[in-house]
Amino acid sequence: MTWLLAITAGVLFAAGLYMILRRSLVKILVGLALLSYAVNLLLFNSAPLLPARPPLLPPGNGAPPEVYADPLPQALILTAIVISFGVTAFAVVLMRQVYGTLGTDDLNEMRCTDVPCEEVEIASEEEQMEEPL
Amino acid sequence: MKRARSILLATAARYLMPLMLIFSVFLLLRGHNEIGGGFVGGLVAASALMLYGIALSPAALRNLLPLEPRLLVGLGLLAALTSALLPVLAGRPFLTGLWLKTPLPVIGKVGTPLLFDMGVYFVVIGVVLWILLSLAEEEAQ
Amino acid sequence: MLTRQLTWLIVTLAGGVLFAAPAALLRRRAERLAAPLLALLPLAAFVQLLAALPAVRAGETAQVRFDWAPALGLSLTFTLDGLGLVMGLLISGIGALVILYGGAYLHGHPALGRFYTLLLLFMTAMLGIALSGNALLLFIFWELTSITSFLLIGFEHERAGARAAAWQALLVTGGGGLALLAGFALLAVISGSFEMTVWAAQAAEIAVHPLAPAAFWLILAGAATKSAQFPFHFWLPNAMEAPTPVSAYLHSATMVKAGVFLLARLFPVLGGLPLWTPALTTLGLLTLLGAAFLALGQTDLKRLLAYTTVSALGMLVFLLGLGTPPALKAATLFLVTHALYKGALFLTAGSVDHGTGTRELPRLGGIGRAMPFTAAAGGLAALSMAGLPPLVGFLAKELVYETTLTTVAPLLLSALTLLANAATVVVAVWIGWQAFWGRPGDRSLHPHEGTPGLWGPPLLLALLGLALGLFPSLSGGWLIAPMTAAILGHSVNVKLALWHGLTPMLGLSALTLLLGIGLAALRRTLQPRLAAFWRALAPFGPANLYHRFVHGLLSLASWQTGLLQSGYLRIYVLVIVLTTVSLAGLTIILNDVPLTLSPWQPPRFYDFVLVGVILTAALLVTRSRSRVATIALLGSIGFSIAVLFLLYSAPDLAMVQFAIETLTVILFVLVLYKLPKFSRLSSAPTRLADFFFALTGGLLMTLLMLLVSRHTSDASVAAYYAANSLAQANGRNIVNVILVDFRGLDTLGEMTVLAIAAIGVFSLIRLGGKAGRKQRAVTKGERAK
Repeated sequence: MTWLLAITAGVLFAAGLYMILRRSLVKILVGLALLSYAVNLLLFNSAPLLPARPPLLPPGNGAPPEVYADPLPQALILTAIVISFGVTAFAVVLMRQVYGTLGTDDLNEMRCTDVPCEEVEIASEEEQMEEPL
Repeated sequence: MKRARSILLATAARYLMPLMLIFSVFLLLRGHNEIGGGFVGGLVAASALMLYGIALSPAALRNLLPLEPRLLVGLGLLAALTSALLPVLAGRPFLTGLWLKTPLPVIGKVGTPLLFDMGVYFVVIGVVLWILLSLAEEEAQ
Repeated sequence: MLTRQLTWLIVTLAGGVLFAAPAALLRRRAERLAAPLLALLPLAAFVQLLAALPAVRAGETAQVRFDWAPALGLSLTFTLDGLGLVMGLLISGIGALVILYGGAYLHGHPALGRFYTLLLLFMTAMLGIALSGNALLLFIFWELTSITSFLLIGFEHERAGARAAAWQALLVTGGGGLALLAGFALLAVISGSFEMTVWAAQAAEIAVHPLAPAAFWLILAGAATKSAQFPFHFWLPNAMEAPTPVSAYLHSATMVKAGVFLLARLFPVLGGLPLWTPALTTLGLLTLLGAAFLALGQTDLKRLLAYTTVSALGMLVFLLGLGTPPALKAATLFLVTHALYKGALFLTAGSVDHGTGTRELPRLGGIGRAMPFTAAAGGLAALSMAGLPPLVGFLAKELVYETTLTTVAPLLLSALTLLANAATVVVAVWIGWQAFWGRPGDRSLHPHEGTPGLWGPPLLLALLGLALGLFPSLSGGWLIAPMTAAILGHSVNVKLALWHGLTPMLGLSALTLLLGIGLAALRRTLQPRLAAFWRALAPFGPANLYHRFVHGLLSLASWQTGLLQSGYLRIYVLVIVLTTVSLAGLTIILNDVPLTLSPWQPPRFYDFVLVGVILTAALLVTRSRSRVATIALLGSIGFSIAVLFLLYSAPDLAMVQFAIETLTVILFVLVLYKLPKFSRLSSAPTRLADFFFALTGGLLMTLLMLLVSRHTSDASVAAYYAANSLAQANGRNIVNVILVDFRGLDTLGEMTVLAIAAIGVFSLIRLGGKAGRKQRAVTKGERAK
């Protein structure tokens, strides 16, 4: 199963990357979701996969069972899932707002929100000083 | 935008919602020993409430809630922080678990981690409802 | 006893920081009272220092130390010795006068409050330098003076020239500051401490350490930039963009002396290096002579003074470089002398500017009748600058000649010093005589005397110069002796006198004066020619080099920003992922990571089903053009993963995943129709390229997972949690115990992040609502038209 899971995560990762490279706004959202699935699987696969051995202590004196799944990756993934919901919600709303404000879903057309589209003259102040020796 | 509401769903939600809320509290309280916990409990509770909100109307859900979702978030953070600071008052390091000697019936042992988990529970409910309810209310306008 | 005074001084320092911001308010509330009230703070420091003088003179030192970050070697160590004390007297004394002067000079200026704030901060930082015993602490104060200097040079930030000059000063002194920190770090590596007393105690070991020359050069770079030594001198004349009180205080009397002070402070540590004397004397002489003749080409009073300041700083570095007891005595005396007369002259120049509206020397002349007090102050200070008896400048000059005459090359060094000193005399005559009593240059000027605040402080400074000269034994015994003793590390006898008899020094002094006065008379021919000469040379000068360097740096920055910050998200992602892939690949190859992958175990039937669903959905979702289908496909991936969690012993995860998937669907449904459609925008070749690129990323991920799951067999963390879950945390669900107990702090952080995400969503919606309403209103208005 480790192999299968690794391949699955790899495909999810590749699909996520592919989607995040698209120019359409909504596809990036899909890419984000795919990437978070991939990362969760990556974490999950970092410990041996055991069927039907949940990390619960049996009743009694609390001695751990012989074999149990590693609880640490599970704790990590649990919070990651919940956080990714927050992130997705934020991204969704942000993109909806961007789409509403700019009226386009093509990322290439949003370039000017990030970099100055006209050439800006820099270092003009340096020239305003006389040059003594 | 008006949407046609399903009477079936509305009726089901009316009855399902309290059951799911009780289940979520159950998940929260036994989470320390069995499957469950604040995160799961909070998510189940939030799903229940949102189901109600969608089946009836966001306004109906808003009327039902005793507190604003953002106050729930604050309350949850406050609970978690209190559980973290209580041991400091007792002269122990930040976030040390303090436990009552005698276990309560049904719940079992009670200590600051349970308060912390309740904080998680309320933060999760608050965050999910705050996000989804704001969106739903905007949608309803 | 001394310790108590030092403690009070530290309290005063804290007061300087505390009162800096309210100072601006005070100005608004009580314009007239602000300057006198604020001057009380430096005055308090001055009085405390004076009170400490007898004990320090007797050879006592004090140290107060608070541990701040001991692990970093950072403790707040304050020391009080002769060197720091006299420096502190200058800083606090001149500081009080400059605050009074500044109140009058900038009277009615809208930003006078900011001026007070910055000046107080600067003064505190500068006093901090004088009193620091720990190199890191000194460095912090050092940088603070650079920053306040930057803000004060750019005080009139509406002017591009002021901004550019401020930038230049900050870049040069800031760059030097970095070098200084590196030098301190090296010394700490050698000695194991940042305490300067420790360094001094280990001076012998430090001197022979192979790292010592590097430390020396780095520290020298710091000192040379701060004290405007060649070739870093150019920032100081440009810093004259600052208001005149600032030039007087920071850029002549105190801050530019910080470099010299540091060299004096570290003389016990680095003075034994064979490099010390050749490096410092060469640097000092170059600066001394170069700046002296650069000065003669200037017509602006402040620039004129600025170049002579550079020259004087060169003299100080030269004398410190010689390092002999007479040289050190001369250095300390000259330092005090220079601070007094140059501070006074700068303030005078400001008053002249204030009273006539110009600082151009050729336009000035004969204004002394209208501005008698200013003329008196300027004249007295100029006499000291020229080195005439009975002023303190004379004493200093005598000592300098006494020093140069006892060096290995007495003739050469005395001649060079004499040349530079003659140039100083020229400037003194021009300013002290020409401007006030010479032939009027521009008759359209209407000079008038300012308020007492404008002539009082410079007059006081000039009179102090006279007093120190009239009582040589007092100034020698009480100021110069303790200061020199602190540098040398043992007590010295300083005997100053106005009359030594007919000595060679007296002859040199007379010669200097004659030469200087002769040259000064030739102003109308000398000045333009020198100016033209220096202008012709300017393209090869360090200032031009600096400009080209900065310009090149900015071009490089804009080029690489344009390269990296293209504004296309896909480029950013490509860069990030390609870097990750190649770094990970390189690590695997370079470190010879054995490519032993996880052993293949035959999967079970339902594994295939689940993975099949996930893979199909993942592939379909990249092709999907329907919003509903996309949500359904993402949901099926999520639910399959949840089942997978359930099958592989993670029931908690499964439940959370189920719940989140449900909520995500609700989320998407709520906003679905407000999102754009899935349009296909990229061209086919781009899509193909992205496909292969994504494939590489995915492959790396798979490879890493197979490697990782092979190599992490260490289950001790899990074992620890399992063993202690019930015993320490009363819980049987280990995952939940980790979340709420073992790693509770992490969870607290996660909750905060969630809350922030919710606040973000909420604000976005609110913002959108407002913007949307405004948009709708606009459209409505347009329709109405």
